Amino acid sequence: MFLHNREELQALRQKAEAELHRQKIRVLICAGTGCIASGSKEIYEKMHNLAEINENVSVEFEGEVPHPEIKKSGCHGFCEMGPLMRIEPLGILYIKVKPEDCEEIYEKTVCQGQPIERLLYHKDGQIYQSEESIPFYAGQMRLVLKNCGHIDAENIEEYIAVGGYAGLEKVLFEMTKEEGLDMIEEANLRGRGGGGFPAGKKWKQVARQKETDRYVVCNGDEGDPGAFMDRSIMEGDPHKMLEGMLIASYLTGAQNAYIYVRAEYPLAVERLRIAIAQAEELGLIGDNVLGTDFCIHFHINRGAGAFVCGEGSALTASIEGNRGMPRVKPPRTVEHGLFNKPTVLNNVETYANVPMIVTNGAEWYKSIGTPGSPGTKAFALTGNVNNTGLIEVPMGTTLRTIIYDIGGGLKGDAGFKGVQIGGPSGGCLVEKHLDIPLDFDSVKKYDAIIGSGGLVVMDENTCMVEVARFFMSFTQRESCGKCVPCREGTKRMLEILEKIVAGKGEESDLAELSELAEMVRAMALCGLGKSAPLPVISTLKTFHEEYEEHIRDKKCRAKVCSALRKFIINPEFCIGCGKCARNCPAGAITGVKKQPHTINNDLCIKCGACKDNCSFDAIYIEA
Amino acid sequence: MLDQSYYTKTDEIIEHYGPKAASLIPIMQDIQAEYRYLPGELLTYVASKIGVTEAKAYSVATFYENFSFEPKGKYVIKVCDGTACHVRKSVPVKEALMKELGLNAKKHTTDDMMFTIETVSCLGACGLAPVMTVNDEVHPKMTPDLAIEVIQNLKKGGAE
Repeated sequence: MFLHNREELQALRQKAEAELHRQKIRVLICAGTGCIASGSKEIYEKMHNLAEINENVSVEFEGEVPHPEIKKSGCHGFCEMGPLMRIEPLGILYIKVKPEDCEEIYEKTVCQGQPIERLLYHKDGQIYQSEESIPFYAGQMRLVLKNCGHIDAENIEEYIAVGGYAGLEKVLFEMTKEEGLDMIEEANLRGRGGGGFPAGKKWKQVARQKETDRYVVCNGDEGDPGAFMDRSIMEGDPHKMLEGMLIASYLTGAQNAYIYVRAEYPLAVERLRIAIAQAEELGLIGDNVLGTDFCIHFHINRGAGAFVCGEGSALTASIEGNRGMPRVKPPRTVEHGLFNKPTVLNNVETYANVPMIVTNGAEWYKSIGTPGSPGTKAFALTGNVNNTGLIEVPMGTTLRTIIYDIGGGLKGDAGFKGVQIGGPSGGCLVEKHLDIPLDFDSVKKYDAIIGSGGLVVMDENTCMVEVARFFMSFTQRESCGKCVPCREGTKRMLEILEKIVAGKGEESDLAELSELAEMVRAMALCGLGKSAPLPVISTLKTFHEEYEEHIRDKKCRAKVCSALRKFIINPEFCIGCGKCARNCPAGAITGVKKQPHTINNDLCIKCGACKDNCSFDAIYIEA
Repeated sequence: MLDQSYYTKTDEIIEHYGPKAASLIPIMQDIQAEYRYLPGELLTYVASKIGVTEAKAYSVATFYENFSFEPKGKYVIKVCDGTACHVRKSVPVKEALMKELGLNAKKHTTDDMMFTIETVSCLGACGLAPVMTVNDEVHPKMTPDLAIEVIQNLKKGGAE
């Protein structure tokens, strides 16, 4: 089918809507990366076999391509509880489903409409039957992620049925380009990739350029470890992002759009390819979209494993076929971007916000979130928290709400220590920051950034010096090497941090570390280099004591830094079997047979072989 | 010397993306996907075909972590050491695998060309940390013992 004009799009929408609402019992099995890994494929096959004889039941595997008629949608975000199964229209959500549960589910729930209690989500004695009532979802506001897990990501008609491409329709037929640009600026949509630069302002700058050969680029190089919001959007609702890019292209007069996706996301690339092909077939991408003079062509580029390509000028260099190295700015991307032409560069989540702003208006958008940062933000909630997964909340939500209400609190017994926000370019927030509203501006005051939205929760068993070393080793490895402050500065900082965790730290190290950090922050060429020292700066400030303990007392309170651990045999539990002594590579353990043994800590190399081999849990680590 | 089929395949790939400088990265990606590494001869060949210097092609290939001039094993195991996996103890998983396969920081592939171990910074499956992938199949919630079990199953499967 090819849509020649607006009326044909509207007719298609009506038809698709009717199709979508033709209800029968649908069993939806999540096939996001997480649930597939937890074994959802097998469950799908089993349910499919059970339902094969019954025409009234459709079993849908949401993600893979096992059967041409089967629908595929994306991740629900509640990865920790996978594999997930939703049964519509009953609205029942089953968690941690096992293949052996399938027959019971089919008999009781599918055939008789009865829920099976043991498969529902339980918390504190309460049972939650529907997805919406579970605290993990109830505390969220899913706007950008609304369709993820609810529509077929490989079917453009379902997207159109739920109001998709209505935003594009509106800008094409109901407003001038100026009005469209004003609306995005008025809504104060800020870039979700990290910096928070107002998208409307950026678009207007591109629209103003004299050069008429212009580009729109989507940054899907979600390189921050611990972040997967963009992956979920690209996999679960690719058309929403394409629509945002189409609107950006039309308003700024671009003729070509590029999507740069990380190499680690093969499923996202496949979904985008399918989505683009479908939009081209309908004539929503291509020449003379819906009979207007708007012409646009889409291209996909895959990343090749360089974190620095998440930086704008490095990303465009990579699309051009060069080494992905940032360049000095100005001139800015809006003037000299891809192929040296004016370029709009935003990330996946930013574009995915655009259609709903256009459809519902700037005032509606500004009613959500905070005055300075309107809208919602998707976060990847991970680490030592009970409900890990993908969440979306209004800007200005506090960490306390996110961690304790949505995240269900910390995993295990260890207390809360901190949250790493914004990945390797971000900082650490602690107990006293739990009640600050999370938005672009307030977080900056505490030497952290919202960044792309990774939230890694850490408990008392996490060593902050080690965490700083971990991030520094990441940024050091990923430094492109073009500018000296980043190339050499991160290397020297890493050396100092390695020295400290190895128990060889000196008093002067902290001052030097701090000086280097400030130097890199001030002098590095690109945004990634400038933010590379942030984890060090923020942990130095908040966890200064821990650094001092490592250096002065040679002590790691979290018992993480292996060189600072002290192994001790508890004489009450030791039966003198001698297994530890036989396994000790340093010959540091001595003792008489059937008598408690002892470890000579001068000889001990802290390898932990004794503890691993003890059958009586008699060896413990003293911090 | 590579046999002629390599060059025929490479010609097909170049044809697909068009012989222009901006196609360099996608062409190299497809060659690597085909042969599990990037043969140096082919890189030289591609450079001459698309009109970039050999030096430029090498500078790009060596910049990106995904390109490898060394042949990789039949099973490429990527152990995630992203933040979420790191705080949920991914390092012991990797160490256990290396020990099991007799690999070290310099040697990533077993002599029988069965296994290659790599560390990646984030696979985007943080909800199931720590994770590893075997040829892009995700294995969630790994422990050192579970990881070794995966290897042993692969070995058994390969012997059959």
